[in-house]
Parts: sequence; structure tokens; C-alpha cells
Amino acid sequence: MGAPRFWRNTKSRYNLYGVRCGTCEKNYFPPRKICPSCRRASKLESVKLKASGEVVTYTIIHSAPEGFENQTPYIMAIVKLSEGPMLTTQIVDCEIEDASIGMPVEGVFRKINESGRDGPIYYGMKFRPPRSSN
Amino acid sequence: MKVGICGYGVYIPRFRIRVEEIAAIWGGDAEGIKRGLQVQEKAIAGLDEDTATIAVEASRSALAMAGIDPADIGAVYVGSESHPYAVKPTATILGDAIEASPVMTAADYEFACKAGTAAIQTCMGLVGSGMIRYGLAVGADTAQGAPGDTLEYTAASGGAAYIIGSTELIAEIEATYSVTTDTPDFWRREGEPYPRHGGRFTGSPAYFKHVLSATTGLLKKTNLSPGDFDYAVFHQPNGKFPRTAAKNLGFTKEQIECGLLVERIGNTYSGATMLGLARVLDEAKPGDRILVTAFGSGAGSDSFSITVTDKITEKRGETPTVEDYIREKKYVDYGTYVKLRRKIVVPS
Ligand SMILES: [Zn+2]
Repeated sequence: MGAPRFWRNTKSRYNLYGVRCGTCEKNYFPPRKICPSCRRASKLESVKLKASGEVVTYTIIHSAPEGFENQTPYIMAIVKLSEGPMLTTQIVDCEIEDASIGMPVEGVFRKINESGRDGPIYYGMKFRPPRSSN
Repeated sequence: MKVGICGYGVYIPRFRIRVEEIAAIWGGDAEGIKRGLQVQEKAIAGLDEDTATIAVEASRSALAMAGIDPADIGAVYVGSESHPYAVKPTATILGDAIEASPVMTAADYEFACKAGTAAIQTCMGLVGSGMIRYGLAVGADTAQGAPGDTLEYTAASGGAAYIIGSTELIAEIEATYSVTTDTPDFWRREGEPYPRHGGRFTGSPAYFKHVLSATTGLLKKTNLSPGDFDYAVFHQPNGKFPRTAAKNLGFTKEQIECGLLVERIGNTYSGATMLGLARVLDEAKPGDRILVTAFGSGAGSDSFSITVTDKITEKRGETPTVEDYIREKKYVDYGTYVKLRRKIVVPS
């Protein structure tokens, strides 16, 4: 993905901006133009979703796509946000053997990828087991 | 107008490497090094972490503590000597990530280990003059030492963020005093991966000269003496320098112990003094007075007198503390460390 396309999406990458349908009160992420349940009756509004949820399922990546080779093995998971939507994300700060279905996770701002040594650096949200405060 | 801290946040990565692990590779005497530097282990950033990610996590905590609307932040300054880009400000990434953008002024600062306190001073000026309501000052680094160099035992990763304002203060900054001179004690030329330093030259003419004169200057300006402070935090490139500086100035071991983190996390450069202050604020009581003196090679020192207010007890407690981050750790071996800190070039 080139820098301009990534840059247009930073609002929903740096923070979880989705949409909420005012008709059925469902949240969607990433944002979409129409609510699939309400169709023409859709009333979509931008909403900042809480970056917390739980792991629905996960897999361990041993053979990574370009740009992620250095990080293997790593955890990719489908996370269900506490406000409804599901998303695919990398789980960090978690040992492979400690990953589990149902595990609570929270969003964390990390480097996603960089285009070589001289290209732009892409940042965004990944998830991790919640930090213990106190 | 009173100016001070409305909230603060910190970040220390979870990876640690022990002095023994580095010494074993380079044939160093681990016990001697630990005694000499008074450092046991250091914190290092993971592959997907850098100064920007450290700044974002620390700043989000600071915002949560302050309980303010990020759109009210009028200035964002990030002090670091390891900005991810040579050209493209870290402050722009941070401003967007915390949603202080777009109506704000922003810039990156560089002044070795004291760029973050220089950012605090700038925010104090902007808030004090009424130009902005709140300013965000960050000191964060993912410091690198050349393989085998003494710096490799201490150069660490971490950072802290402070929201500077004039209302709802958790601590008032009563005074600041700086000393700056042209001193070639430590440098890194453009395009070079690792810094160089003047060896023993870094002690007396650099660290001690500036830390002592800035602190003495502040005490004179405020008409205070070491006994008037409950805590003191000095820049901590190793465990020895701040202890010696404190002793020379008349501060006790008890006053500096709380803010001394270098033994357990290494020298986090621009993060070091600001993390030390955060450690003190995690514990301090209303009315406590804190002396803070940062040092940056090149060279200069910024000294501050800070008094904790009643507000601290209600604002503290919801965000992770310095100890929370120090407690969570994963030790790595030298090979993993080399990979994490990108000391080897991987062909692409
Ligand atoms: Zn709907």
C-alpha cells in the first residue's frame, strides 16, 4: 500500500473510528457507507470505538508476508470489540503459549510496517493483553 | 499565572537485557561493570516500537490523567535523540494519534538527554503567556550504543509525557533555571548509526559542571536550600553520576532514591529525568517539593522546582505507574537484543 492511501486512513488506524447506525444501533468497523441490516433506512454516524475486546480465534504465523518476516512467529487474531465489531489484528506483548480464545485484549499503538529502510513508516493499532494498572 | 503539570504518563518497553549478557559477548567483567555503572539491566524496545509509539502510549496516559479534551492542546513537542525519521516530525504522528491535530503547533526537539525538559520549558512559556491552554511535552528515546562500547550497557528505551497547563494542576512548577555551553562531550554525526563520546571527559566538564551550576542557580533564584525539598531527581546516565551530584549539592540518599531508575531500566536518555520525576509523582504527597535537574550532552542542564498539589490524590490511580512498567519484563539474550535493536542489517 502506498503512502497516500495509507495516509487517508490514519483516522481509523491510529484510533478505532467506525460507524454507528442510528436505526439499529449496531457499530461497524472499518467504517462503511450503508448498514447491511437497515439498507436505505441506515443512519450512519462516525463513532470512536473503545479499543478493548476479546480474542475470538487466533493463529500463529510462521511464514509471514513481506515486511513482517522479522517478527515470526507471531500471533494474528480475530478480536471482537466490546462494542460489537470484529477485526483482524496482531497480538503483541504476549508469549505464543499464553495466547487463548476468550483472552481479553486492549489496543496499543505500534509500528505496523515500513517500506524498506528509506520509505515511510506505517503506524496503527495492534492488541495486547491488558496492562495491569496498580 | 501559575503554571504546572495537569497530568503525566510513562512508557517503558518490557524487554530487558542484563549487564552479564552483554559482558559475556564482549569479554567484559560483569561484576566490575555493574559496580562501576551501578546498573543491573536495561529496557529495550521491541521490533514494532520506536520513539513515536513510546510517545503515544505515554501521552495517552497523561491525557487520561489530566482528563482534558485533546483538542485543547495547543502545542506538542517531542524531545528525543532517536526520532524515527531524520526529516518528518515525531510530533505530527503523536498529534494525530492523540487527536490534538490539526489546530496546534508542533515540533521535535533534540538536545541529547534533556530535549524533553526543554519541551516542558517551552510549554511553560506558551501557557504562561496565554498563547495556548495546554501544551504536551514528551521526552522519549530508543537509545543505541555501539556494539562493545560502554554505552551499550546503559543505552535504553522509554519515555514520559507531561501535560502543561495553568488550571487543575497536580503539581506547580514554581521556577526553572538553565545553563548551556558548547561542550563536545558526546555527539553523533548525521547519518552515523551510533554516537561517540569523550570517555572520561563526559564527567567533570560536562555532566557535573552543568548539573551543579544549574541546580545551584535554581536554589539561589528561589531562595531555597536542599533541605527544603522532599525529593530530588537528577539525570541518570548511570547510577554513580546522580549520586555524586546529589552529595556535592547537599542532597541526601533518601531524597534521591525514589527517582533513581537507571539501575533497573538503564539510561532512557530524553526519558530518564522525566521518568524519574514520574516515579516521584507516583508516590509524592500534596505539599511535597521536588527538585529536578536534567542534563543533555553538548551540553546543558535544566533545573526545576516543583510542588505537588492536593489534586494529585484524585487524579492518580487510574493510569499505569512507573513501577507497573518496570515490573512487567521479559529477559532476552544478546542475539535477540541485536535483532530487536536492528544492530544487524537484514538484506531485503
Ligand atoms: Zn442499521
